[in-house]
Amino acid sequence: MNNKMKNLLDWVDARFPMTSLWKEHLSEYYAPKNFNFWYFFGSLALLVLVMQIVTGIMLTMHFKPDASLNGAGVPVAFASVEYIMRDVPWGWLIRYMHSTGASAFFIVVYLHMFRGMLYGSYRNPRELIWIFGVLIFLCLMAEAFFGYLLPWGQMSYWGAQVIVNLFSAIPLIGPDLSVWIRGDYVVGDATLNRFFSFHVIAVPLALLGLVVAHILALHEVGSNNPDGVEIKKNKDANGIPLDGIPFHPYYTVKDIVGVVVFLMVFSAILFFKPEAGGYFLEYNNFFPADPLQTPPHIAPVWYFTPYYSMLRANTVNFFWIDAKVWGVIFMGLGVLVFFFLPWLDKSPVKSIRYRGPLYKGALAIFVVTFFILGYLGMLPPTAGRTLVAQIGTIIYFAFFALMPIYTKLDKCKPEPERVTG
Amino acid sequence: MKKLLFALLLAPLAAFASSELALDQAPDKSNDMAALQHGAQVFVNYCLGCHGASYMRYNRLKDLALSDAQIKDNLLFTADKVGEPMRIAMQRADAKQWFGAAPPDLTVIARARASEAGSGADWLYTYLRTFYRDDSRPTGWNNVVFANVGMPHVLWELQGDQVMGADHKLQLAKPGKLKPEEYDAVVADLVAYLQYMGEPMAQFRKQLGIIVLIFLAVLFVFAYALKREYWKDVH
Repeated sequence: MNNKMKNLLDWVDARFPMTSLWKEHLSEYYAPKNFNFWYFFGSLALLVLVMQIVTGIMLTMHFKPDASLNGAGVPVAFASVEYIMRDVPWGWLIRYMHSTGASAFFIVVYLHMFRGMLYGSYRNPRELIWIFGVLIFLCLMAEAFFGYLLPWGQMSYWGAQVIVNLFSAIPLIGPDLSVWIRGDYVVGDATLNRFFSFHVIAVPLALLGLVVAHILALHEVGSNNPDGVEIKKNKDANGIPLDGIPFHPYYTVKDIVGVVVFLMVFSAILFFKPEAGGYFLEYNNFFPADPLQTPPHIAPVWYFTPYYSMLRANTVNFFWIDAKVWGVIFMGLGVLVFFFLPWLDKSPVKSIRYRGPLYKGALAIFVVTFFILGYLGMLPPTAGRTLVAQIGTIIYFAFFALMPIYTKLDKCKPEPERVTG
Repeated sequence: MKKLLFALLLAPLAAFASSELALDQAPDKSNDMAALQHGAQVFVNYCLGCHGASYMRYNRLKDLALSDAQIKDNLLFTADKVGEPMRIAMQRADAKQWFGAAPPDLTVIARARASEAGSGADWLYTYLRTFYRDDSRPTGWNNVVFANVGMPHVLWELQGDQVMGADHKLQLAKPGKLKPEEYDAVVADLVAYLQYMGEPMAQFRKQLGIIVLIFLAVLFVFAYALKREYWKDVH
């Protein structure tokens, strides 16, 4: 480094902790050396977040949150999306990046959460990292829900209608609450504009703040690893963990490989199957919203379907409370229950590698159940499917409710002192 | 336990039984310029009277190897300038009164009509070939795919009159100007055009995708080599 550059750096460092931030979070942040495949998804989630923000800013330049009909009788919002797809240079690419990115975000985040469950990353001392993470997951769901209304297609419209109507099931305040959320008696222009506002400002702000908190908390306690042992217990004379390597350059160069592989999968979908068979862009959403025509089958996008299944699985008015209210409660609890995971898990070990058959079996059943619920949530309900969804919902919650028992009874193997390869 | 899991896995599959109508597969003409040009002509002549394509500009048809002059002379019936979108003159309120519902904009119809039963092109290809005479309907026409449809059989001259037989199969009662195979080919061209219009950049998108994937594959080699180089000294 030449002298002038060094002087400039010193000048900045005297006024802003640039070098110390760089060291603390990258070049002298010691991460365990044994990260495996599952550890790519954190940095990939950050990549997708940045991509969604950048493409979102560009889309906002041409999108018009306006439910009124244009001269051709098409809602302005719907027409503005098609304008982006056709008349804005490279608009189709930006739009497909954003729509594919929405699904990619959930894929990456679900895998990231599963990693936490595999290796006990939520356990002491990382409870707050996990809680920030669940809050990010909640924000992400809100962000996706608000964003899905914006193209103003049939599924946008009726999906929002169904979900906002759920709030009207809440006793006493329900009907007023749903009007307050919509800003109207039906989903309309007021709803579209406020959802746009939440989608582009409020929720992304919260999301960014939470991501910073998530990473700060992580760097405070240090990363977990596939062995679930603390690398800070074994340090060398300089206080550097023996099993730790600096995040930069080791994990930055490794994550670049992960990013390239991710982009290959992402591009394969974006360029060859942008609708992903109707899973990423629902076919029915190419019909403009029509408040007078309810589609025969309203299905949320795939990432909400496990929770949508739980919602519909409630068909009994327990304790004189409407089944719909129970549905909302179960759907909400289905997400909120993740908050309690650090305190439900009583196992002496963190990682699946040293856990006994009980936890391994429970986690496997949980994952299978999650997929079944997700699949059922896409289909119109029948008596048989509802029964399966009810059993699935019970299994889903049993995984959490029974966790203190089966993790205590489980026959665990002894943890190693140091990380294994 | 395993049996129960297996049963749980299969139960939703067993419950999934499609009652959708079987659609005929539309021939793929997405790279056939002559067919797409012919489809555009059929669209402008037969559809654009009532259905707009308000996100599609006339000069976009240059994608189909047509010049501005060719577009202007042969296809530009509802606008003055080639830069304008394919709008219609019919008032929506009138249309609603005449047909019961305003004819929908057709720009993205080929995308909207896709389902598990088949692509949007398959749906349109089947729909446009399964109109039949039905005196109980105000227009005198009904359709197999779209029951009680508001639209009359606009291509009737070409196809002729079909009637629904007692065996629930369509029969050609009165031949039209075209032989059945010729009519199918015209519909296939029209559907190919509608599919093109639904996503005009689709062909370019796929070409670009190949380049992007090749670039990423090359980048992967370098990224992987870089990682190997750095990680040599990690044991």
